[in-house]
Amino acid sequence: MSKRDNVLYALDWLAVLYFLLLVTMGWLSVYGSSYDFDFEGSIFDFEQRSGKQFVWIITAFVLGGATLLLDHRIFNYFAYIIYFAVILLLILTIFIAPEIKGSRSWLVLGPVSFQPAELAKMATSLALAKYMSQYNYKLKTWKDLIPLALIILLPFTMIILQKETGSALVFVAFLIMLYREGMKGTVLLLLTLAIVLFIVGIKYSIVPITDDINNGTWGLIMAMGLILIIQFVYAFFFNHHRLAALILLGGIIVSSLIMALLNKWWIINFDYVAIIITGVSVLYWLIIELFKRYKKYVYIALISFVSIGFSYAADFLFNKMLEPHQQIRIKVLLNMEDDLTGAGYNVNQSKIAIGSGGFLGKGFLNGTQTKLKYVPEQDTDFIFCTVGEEHGFIGSVLVLLVYWLLLMRILAIAERQREDFHRIYAYCVASILFFHLMINVGMVLGLMPVIGIPLPFFSYGGSSLWGFTIMLFILLKLDASRLERT
Amino acid sequence: MTNNTLQNRRWIIAGIFSAFILLYIIRLFSLQIIETKYKAGAESNALLKKTIFPPRGLIYDRNNTLLVYNKPAYDIVLIMREIHDLDTLSLCESLNITKSRFIERIAEIKDRRLNIGYSSYTPQVFMTQLNSEDIATFQQNMYKYHGFYVQNRTLREYTFPNAAHIFGSIGEVSWNDIEKDSYYRQGDYSGRDGVEYTYEKSLRGKKGIEILLRDSKGRIKGKYRDGEMDDPPVAGSNLQLTIDIQLQRIGEELLNGKIGSAVAIEPKTGEILAMITNPGYDPSILVGRVRSKNYTSLVTDPTKPLMNRATQATYSPGSTFKPIQALACLELGGITEKTMFGCSGKVSTPIKCTHSHGSPVTLLNAIEQSCNPYFWQAFRSTIEKDGYGTKNVLFKDNYQKWADVMNSFGLGQRFEDTDIYEQQRGNIPTQNYFNRYFGETGWRALTIRSLSIGQGEILITPLQLANTMAIIANSGYYITPHLNKNDTMLLRKHETAVDTSHFAIVNEGMWRVFEYGTGRYHKIDSLSMCGKTGTVQNNHGKDHSLFVGFAPRENPVIAIAVVVENAGFGATWAAPIASLMMEQYIKGYIKRKDLFERISKAELNPNVKKR
Repeated sequence: MSKRDNVLYALDWLAVLYFLLLVTMGWLSVYGSSYDFDFEGSIFDFEQRSGKQFVWIITAFVLGGATLLLDHRIFNYFAYIIYFAVILLLILTIFIAPEIKGSRSWLVLGPVSFQPAELAKMATSLALAKYMSQYNYKLKTWKDLIPLALIILLPFTMIILQKETGSALVFVAFLIMLYREGMKGTVLLLLTLAIVLFIVGIKYSIVPITDDINNGTWGLIMAMGLILIIQFVYAFFFNHHRLAALILLGGIIVSSLIMALLNKWWIINFDYVAIIITGVSVLYWLIIELFKRYKKYVYIALISFVSIGFSYAADFLFNKMLEPHQQIRIKVLLNMEDDLTGAGYNVNQSKIAIGSGGFLGKGFLNGTQTKLKYVPEQDTDFIFCTVGEEHGFIGSVLVLLVYWLLLMRILAIAERQREDFHRIYAYCVASILFFHLMINVGMVLGLMPVIGIPLPFFSYGGSSLWGFTIMLFILLKLDASRLERT
Repeated sequence: MTNNTLQNRRWIIAGIFSAFILLYIIRLFSLQIIETKYKAGAESNALLKKTIFPPRGLIYDRNNTLLVYNKPAYDIVLIMREIHDLDTLSLCESLNITKSRFIERIAEIKDRRLNIGYSSYTPQVFMTQLNSEDIATFQQNMYKYHGFYVQNRTLREYTFPNAAHIFGSIGEVSWNDIEKDSYYRQGDYSGRDGVEYTYEKSLRGKKGIEILLRDSKGRIKGKYRDGEMDDPPVAGSNLQLTIDIQLQRIGEELLNGKIGSAVAIEPKTGEILAMITNPGYDPSILVGRVRSKNYTSLVTDPTKPLMNRATQATYSPGSTFKPIQALACLELGGITEKTMFGCSGKVSTPIKCTHSHGSPVTLLNAIEQSCNPYFWQAFRSTIEKDGYGTKNVLFKDNYQKWADVMNSFGLGQRFEDTDIYEQQRGNIPTQNYFNRYFGETGWRALTIRSLSIGQGEILITPLQLANTMAIIANSGYYITPHLNKNDTMLLRKHETAVDTSHFAIVNEGMWRVFEYGTGRYHKIDSLSMCGKTGTVQNNHGKDHSLFVGFAPRENPVIAIAVVVENAGFGATWAAPIASLMMEQYIKGYIKRKDLFERISKAELNPNVKKR
């Protein structure tokens, strides 16, 4: 066996180092946050969560090591089989899992429980990589996206049925990988636009524009304004169709002024005015497209049209599709409700814990906010608080930097692969890790809504640690094979 | 798109990843370094925040007599984490407790089932409400007991052993209270009932904080920044009650040895002058460490001394209901001022008369002589004025109108805009009630005849009854009865459904009661007074003795209702009690000393504990 075939030689040790750093810091944080001043137990105390986490970490190492010993080709060969096996497990879970905190996502086997959803991310990544790496596959039209959408939606739906909305949302992360593999950038922009329209629609739909509520609220007007600005910028700057853009602008200003004037005699609902103006602008661009044959206005018209519908429906979607507790979480995030004892409690306490850490932190095991159980879920979803309180700004930035290094390392690994299967899988891993990091840390810092998903390698819990470790080590194994002679 | 341009997308993706991480670092910077409000918490190890409790607001009567004030008390608190090298024996000796009690108490504090918010880091209450002698030795030796502190508190003290139900009491807050109001901490006290409860927010004031410097061994090193950051406590606001404490005390003495209650109201303002319930208790027995023991014995007392009978007991009003009945019948057109009905005395049907007088009788005579047959016939002509109609509809409509008039007198419902915490609504039966009971067409005036003389399903609290007298004294309106002298109740006037023109004759009828009727022996000198006695049958033994009235007739300053349970005739017990109370309030003294002695010494119910 040559040096090149030895997995330990070809292994990307830098990625392994980042992984070990994160797992160790996570373990210490779990000890820190479950530490109780009254029972000053050892970090290995198996009655405490830190001791249990130690067991999870050792077993995760064994699983990771075992992954490295397998032949790298089996991941490609068995990708679909693994995928469908996990899907079956997910279906099974829906039926036999007991209800814990409102969700049916935990398989209980004697003293241990396991969450199959944590494996679904890895399995879906393999299936996507396998499908997209087949000969001659190109991601060009919407049609190419449909099978991918099915691969993603199947586990997504199963997890939604387990009432684990947070875990299901993680599958949105695959859009980043799809973008790298050729999906139009517009899709990401449209998604961003949808989120912005949604937030504007919700946040400002309760702010009336005048003292008279019948005049309408800022929500729709701001959303429509945004659409009109996009139209204008697109026509004026990108298509250099300045006259048409200026005519539109003039028309909007004049008609708004007329309506404002008419409001002196009749009560005008400006919600409808905004929708009608935007609707007319859609027709306007369609007519220009038809008669002048300026290109691509049909897209902008279509986007505007869908946006009108979306903005109009945002309120409805918000009130009808989301559960009340989810609505409150979003309202708290948007500063629409200041509910410091209810839904806002977690986030407020987590901000106090982090904020009180200051520059250097209070020192290991000296955090009072987290120790005194002010922060709920402090060793799982809110574990980053412990870092912020005990190790301060320095410690928190250090942790974020290690995540950043790991993500950058995975991107570098991805780009050096010769096989599409490897690269696509690597991007899946990067996307999922990034999404978890973005949502979890954003939530703890009060920048994202409260969505209960763990911080990879950090949060207490065997399922997520195992899931992430296996996912990462499959990638490292695939990468290690790059030096093998074929 | 070539593979090369796609490869360039790695930079955009790396950019997005980096941008979010950078954004989070900026956010961390602003939370941990720029914002100062979180920083203070980081220093909490070095700073001991000591809560300073404000003195609770004082309570005065309507003539500015001090009724409720504060005396100092001390709590001993401990911070579990700071306890070390403790000489348990010496501590127990200084606090006069046994060692086993000490161990038991520590175990209780640590038990999270009993003490949900327990933390070894925050002060926990070890012993409460000690007086200055109790803690003298402890305080001398306190330097030896690391982790133990003394916290100053105040306890309630009462000038008179009266009016316990009006004041209410103060007790330790429950976990429920703490969850509802973040002002409270474990071990705090708040008003549990009475005005202590209703006016809790203004009486309690605002807690202050004193920040002390503390070294790593827990020793106090003086004030942090010379007290610059301290938040001084704000004393609770004082409360002036509408109660006249002299009247209240006289009333309580008169009801001594009896079960019953008396309520006096100033008609023009709705101010409650006295609200007596007996058996009662001395409010000072529910203060401090004796509270729980005494509370238990009050709860188990079969005469229910904790119940405020003035607002929580309901009675059929009997004949004291007749003035209101007369008003309702006049308003609804069942009778006029001139209507006369025949009375066959003891052989009248379906209701017999208990007094002897001529026949036929006028309304004036009927009130004066409390003629049951008159009110039965008046009630019947009112609700059967339009006959029965198809399916009894016309009759039921008229009944509903009658019930509406009663509701407009504040009967059958709680007073919503008042500051009296505990109230019963009483009962004016609804149409639906009778429909359910007798069927839609199964009831007529005859079926519900008891209502005509204030018996049967009608239930009224003494407070509501006194309020009906205020309405007649005011010829048609009332201000909701209340206890706070300085509120805006006067702005909210409740008009009744009865036209003011109908009140004069009822007023005269009630005046005749004092001149010629059942009240004539209890007239005060030359004062012209209005009133009505009631003797009410009930299921619990002897008749209840009731009296309602107001005085002086020309310019009423007091309206009153008195109920003495199972005592006999209204004229025998309730009437003299009401008369003596009116005398006390109007004249300021009681001239009929013998009557006062006889009534207040009479112990009608052997179960009532002497105070």
